[in-house]
Amino acid sequence: MTNVDAILQQGLTAVAAVRDLIELEQVKARFLGKSGELTELLKQLGKLPPEERKTAGATINVAKQAFETAHNDKRDALNAAKLEAQLAAEALDVTLPGRGLSTGGLHPVALTLDRIAALFRSMGFQVADGPEIETDFHNFQALNIPENHPARAMADTFYVEGGDVLRTHTSPIQVRYMLDNEPPIKIVAPGRVYRVDSDATHSPMFHQMEGLWVEEGVSFADLKAVVTDFLRRFFERDDLQVRFRPSFFPFTEPSAEIDVLGERGWLEVGGCGMVHPNVLRNVNIDPEKYTGFAFGIGLDRFAMLRYGVNDLRLFFENDLNFLKQFN
Amino acid sequence: MQFSEQWLRSWVNPSLTSDELSYLLTMAGLEVEEVVAAAPAFTGVVVAEVKEVVKHENADRLRVTKVDVGNGELVQIVCGAPNVAVGLKVPCALPGAVLPGDFRIKPTKMRGVESGGMLCSGKELGIPDDADGLLVLAADAPVGQSIRDHLCLDDQLFTLKITPNRADCLSIKGIAREVSALTGAVNSPVAIAAVAPQHDQALPVRIDAPKACGRYLGRVVRGVNAAAPTPDWMKRRLERAGIRSISAIVDITNYVLLEQGQPMHAFDLSRIDGGIVVRMAREGEELLCLNEKTVKLAEDNLVIADNSKALAIGGIMGGEESGVTTASTEIFLESAFFAPEAIAGKARVWGFGSDSSFRYERGVDFELQRDAMERATGLVLEICGGEAGPVTEALGELPKRSAVKVRVERVAKVLGINLSCDAIAGIFSRLGLTFRSIDGGFEVDAPSFRFDIEIEEDLIEEVARVHGYDAIPAEAPASRLRMLALPEVVRPREVIRHFLAGRDYQEVVSYAFVEERWERDFAGNADPVRLINPIASQMSVMRSSLIGGLVDVLVGNLNRKQPRVRVFEVARVFHKSAEGKVDAASQPEMVAGLAWGPRFAEQWGQKSERVDFFDVKADVEALLHPARAEYVKATHPAFHPGRCAHILLDGEVVGVIGELHPRWAQEYGLPTPPVLFELSLKAVDARVPVQATPVSKLQPVRRDLALVVDEQVAVAAMLATFTRQAGPLVREVALFDIYRGKGVDEGKKSLAFRVLLQDESRTLTDEDVEPAIKALLDAVAAEHGAQLRL
Repeated sequence: MTNVDAILQQGLTAVAAVRDLIELEQVKARFLGKSGELTELLKQLGKLPPEERKTAGATINVAKQAFETAHNDKRDALNAAKLEAQLAAEALDVTLPGRGLSTGGLHPVALTLDRIAALFRSMGFQVADGPEIETDFHNFQALNIPENHPARAMADTFYVEGGDVLRTHTSPIQVRYMLDNEPPIKIVAPGRVYRVDSDATHSPMFHQMEGLWVEEGVSFADLKAVVTDFLRRFFERDDLQVRFRPSFFPFTEPSAEIDVLGERGWLEVGGCGMVHPNVLRNVNIDPEKYTGFAFGIGLDRFAMLRYGVNDLRLFFENDLNFLKQFN
Repeated sequence: MQFSEQWLRSWVNPSLTSDELSYLLTMAGLEVEEVVAAAPAFTGVVVAEVKEVVKHENADRLRVTKVDVGNGELVQIVCGAPNVAVGLKVPCALPGAVLPGDFRIKPTKMRGVESGGMLCSGKELGIPDDADGLLVLAADAPVGQSIRDHLCLDDQLFTLKITPNRADCLSIKGIAREVSALTGAVNSPVAIAAVAPQHDQALPVRIDAPKACGRYLGRVVRGVNAAAPTPDWMKRRLERAGIRSISAIVDITNYVLLEQGQPMHAFDLSRIDGGIVVRMAREGEELLCLNEKTVKLAEDNLVIADNSKALAIGGIMGGEESGVTTASTEIFLESAFFAPEAIAGKARVWGFGSDSSFRYERGVDFELQRDAMERATGLVLEICGGEAGPVTEALGELPKRSAVKVRVERVAKVLGINLSCDAIAGIFSRLGLTFRSIDGGFEVDAPSFRFDIEIEEDLIEEVARVHGYDAIPAEAPASRLRMLALPEVVRPREVIRHFLAGRDYQEVVSYAFVEERWERDFAGNADPVRLINPIASQMSVMRSSLIGGLVDVLVGNLNRKQPRVRVFEVARVFHKSAEGKVDAASQPEMVAGLAWGPRFAEQWGQKSERVDFFDVKADVEALLHPARAEYVKATHPAFHPGRCAHILLDGEVVGVIGELHPRWAQEYGLPTPPVLFELSLKAVDARVPVQATPVSKLQPVRRDLALVVDEQVAVAAMLATFTRQAGPLVREVALFDIYRGKGVDEGKKSLAFRVLLQDESRTLTDEDVEPAIKALLDAVAAEHGAQLRL
């Protein structure tokens, strides 16, 4: 049976020499196929004397297994090599940019508003809204600004045909909200407002946000606390210096201007005060029972301070090169 | 209100620096807008008298002077000023002097001649001066005196922003009173003595408008020299208050206005016919005012008239004809109280106001008129000479001041701090208020100079202001907590805006007032809401559509060479309601978008194709998802008539989508038309609450139908037929391909639909499917002539 070893050696050599799976299968057929060389040996076992048959059979089977092992290993290796080649061929330049739509973005004033609204929601304030062409009642009279009051000159008003006005502040929203709702009232009211004014620091249309909290026991101390807290959260500076300076608004009393200490001194950022009892009466809220505070800030100004924009007009020129910085 | 700090300090002089005084006023509600020095810093300049002037031998334009600077020797100075002359008193900078701009003076030689200093112009000292050449000083200026002392240059000009409620602080007297209350420093008002009448000539005064004129004081002064020069000290105080010196008598009236807060007027007595009548104007009456404007008076204007004509607009402006001039010798002085309501807003109609109307409309102390009259008379006699007559006083209705109550407990409630009775009483005392203790608080009499103390809150504000806003603690508020409502059926606006940003649109903000043309072109609106006082003609009407603004943003960005523009805006638009008014309901919020240029930003691996109707439609569909809108072919002034659709939800038009009309693209200078949409925000933010249904686990059966129809047949119409015809098994019918060309006749198109059929309980067989499909085919054949493509 020296023949077996020789055939196995030939088989193993042949397996080692193959370059692809097709050749490998041909080699397998040559040795283990129906008339393969090892198969033939097995077929001849019957011709051997019975006492030799057992050992010879075992020898052939060992050889057969050795061949199969070699064959399988070779097959796995060839498959692995094939996959590797495929993967290598399929490799991408992963540094190429992604394809398809890019993304747009939000206007910086809207971004500012979203942040501010979120801060106030976290304290239980609801966002309210109202019309921009307002009646004299909602924009002035209900806010304790009678006709010919010098305070009307503080806001140069746009008038539309018929005598209505473009709201000069977001305060009429609080009037509408208080007329429609009972205390406790906690709202912020952002929106576009209009004044006859146009230069580097004024736009005839700009954005304000009004805040209002009317409830039993709300005091000027609460006003100071909420506004100070808001300013520190907005500018993300716990040590921000905030001061309240006596001022005059017809719809609040006591009234205050809100200043923050910036690099170049005190900077006015808004106005506030305790809601004037006349205003509460005008919207059918009992000022003896309820007190409240209101404040107003310029959203454009907050966006300018936050993002380092020095010209208000940029917000309304809609130059995409400017706007895309905020995306 | 602008004034000289030295003037204020001559009344009340707290031991505070200028900065501290400024901070104090600001924190008390009298905001100091600006503090500027009366003159820049300089040293070493004294009053000199020119004693000798000779021509410079080597220079035509130079003169050699000898001046007396008060040190016993004459100083030789070379001077180039044209106005130098013997006997003049001028400022002289001596060696060692440092002038503004760090200009150091030393002895020098000018063209060979020694010069021991410099004679100065106003400009060189930083003092405004109209004269060309040297600053000419008063003839009696003491030689050798420091020029800073002589001209009181170590002074600051304070500018206060006085809020409308604090008219009492529109004078030196009022500010001094306030500073004294805030600091405790002694207030020393100028002493005013009554001038005894030197003759008995008087004009009769009658008040026919008692509501508008509460008090009118008049006085005749005879024999005045109205051409007398205004003294320097007065001129200086006026100028530092921003008021130009005009003539002695006018200056005196202005001076009293600034000092006392009482507007005064001086008439030329010879121009007054008979007597003074304070009355309302007559319709059609006209008056040439001191500012050379002729105004048409209305019946609600108060006038000061004589027996035949209007002389002045009461409290606003004098008349040109009757005003005092430098030639006047007999004058009539007026000191009156006019009610704020009679003056407020009146001058605005004519586009002008005055220092006088500014004060009257805010409120002038109604007990001040006599003091002011005596003060003005005294100054006239001192400066212009003459003889004063008796004061004539006529009374109308003066304001009533009722006592205002304030409760200590209410102070605590509003301010959030507990102040004792004593502390509150102390504040009232400092403010000079008279008050009485009552149960639980005080009763306070508002003084005649305060027009802002009518209710309890007014007093609480005074308490807070004097106590100091800074002294009120800002502790986190305690509150009963309630969660905010968060209705799921409303999509928050931020989500909508973020969604569009996520689909590559950039948010913009454009003006709500637009060019009238945009309304016509893009909204077909011939009758927009017009502004009465637009800031510019291209911002004269309120927009009823956001389209014009977006097109304008596109135009602007194309000018800046943007290759691709995708923008959106969320804003209100303005319609007239049926009655022609604009009410809250006719100002809906809209969301609109515009896309122009390539579908994708220029990039590798994408063909560059122009964005089209269906790209934007996909954005709209996604925006409205899961609501399924209907798109109905429509005509709209802004859009291409064949490329425009109304967007309907539940049968109601909620918006429009379309390609801009090529005519507008051309007229607005656009190389190709953009695609736009505009939707009612209310429609976009509404959500239907979800109610889950069981999902079938069985595989759906899919059948594809290729149907040939005429080009005109709209896909939506076929889908509508399918939907109507769909039996219980048909779960979905959707278009997945359109084919034109070989095998399909000209004028026809082949539409490929996917039909999914499914049952919840069993797998469908051909026997279930075929009748359902046949029903669909029959229906579209009957309604749209659709033939199955073989």
